[in-house]
Amino acid sequence: MKEHNTLHISIKAEKIFHVFGFDITNSFFLSLLVFLIFTFGALIYYYQSKLKNKGSFYYFVNFIIGSLYNLFYSVLKEKTDYFFPLLASFFIFILIQNWAGLLPGVGSILLKVKENEEIVKIPLFRANTADLNTTFALAIISVFLSQFFAIRYLGFKGYIEKFYRLKDPMSFFIGTLEIISEFSKIISFAFRLFGNIFAGEVLLVIIAFLIPFFLSFPFLILELFVGFIQALVFSMLTTVFISVAVTKHH
Amino acid sequence: MTPEVAKFFATALTIAVGSIAPAIGIGMIGSKAVEALGRNPEAEPAIRTTMILAIAFAEAVAIYALVVALIIKFV
Repeated sequence: MKEHNTLHISIKAEKIFHVFGFDITNSFFLSLLVFLIFTFGALIYYYQSKLKNKGSFYYFVNFIIGSLYNLFYSVLKEKTDYFFPLLASFFIFILIQNWAGLLPGVGSILLKVKENEEIVKIPLFRANTADLNTTFALAIISVFLSQFFAIRYLGFKGYIEKFYRLKDPMSFFIGTLEIISEFSKIISFAFRLFGNIFAGEVLLVIIAFLIPFFLSFPFLILELFVGFIQALVFSMLTTVFISVAVTKHH
Repeated sequence: MTPEVAKFFATALTIAVGSIAPAIGIGMIGSKAVEALGRNPEAEPAIRTTMILAIAFAEAVAIYALVVALIIKFV
């Protein structure tokens, strides 16, 4: 048996252990921890909202939610109230997952796992959005919900008319292209988020291998910014697609 | 050319060629945004948000190339 000590970069998330026949990957493990912290924060917020003297945490969360609301309001106008929970959850979930990948220890705490007669070292944690499964799931939720809301707002007939109209023979060609573009949205959503976060991780690892001191720091700040921007892009794009989907075709 | 050398060339060329167009795109977005700012300085927040969104889209293309390059290199 031999050990590998070289630069370890893996495109996919790796299994760290099994629970009842399910493979627990390292990205899922980190996302569970983030989920617990997130739930805990939500409970604190709920608890503080009942108090008479509210803590600064309550006002901080309120401030964030308020600024998000204004952002989405600039696109959706009076429909914002209905879609806000979905869009804000997208934003906050992706933001926290992206930033959790930058915490010290993520990717650097290694675990020895036996794999095909070889001992390989795999990281215990991995950013959840640096796993294509997660971003694909988010993309599918986003695109399918925009179709669902379109049916809900326009009715099934109105929804079909967005693609195919009897009066307009050209629409049979263009409508088919539109349907294909709906599917390609899933792929572009998934790969944009995955690519940015995964590339960020690889960048940080390689910089740390080139020059171990200080130089990682500006890149870490860059990655904080990229994580924020990608969360913003994902939720803003969903907002725009939903607002296009729920308006009538003329 | 051995397969390993071909792999290195493929990695380098993927990211090199793939980042040309996004670089031009981001430059154009930035220059237009500055132009718009010069004409209408009050619209700064709106211009900044739109600019960052547009840059993120252009950058995504380069990221696709980077992902492909990483897949060639490490898989």
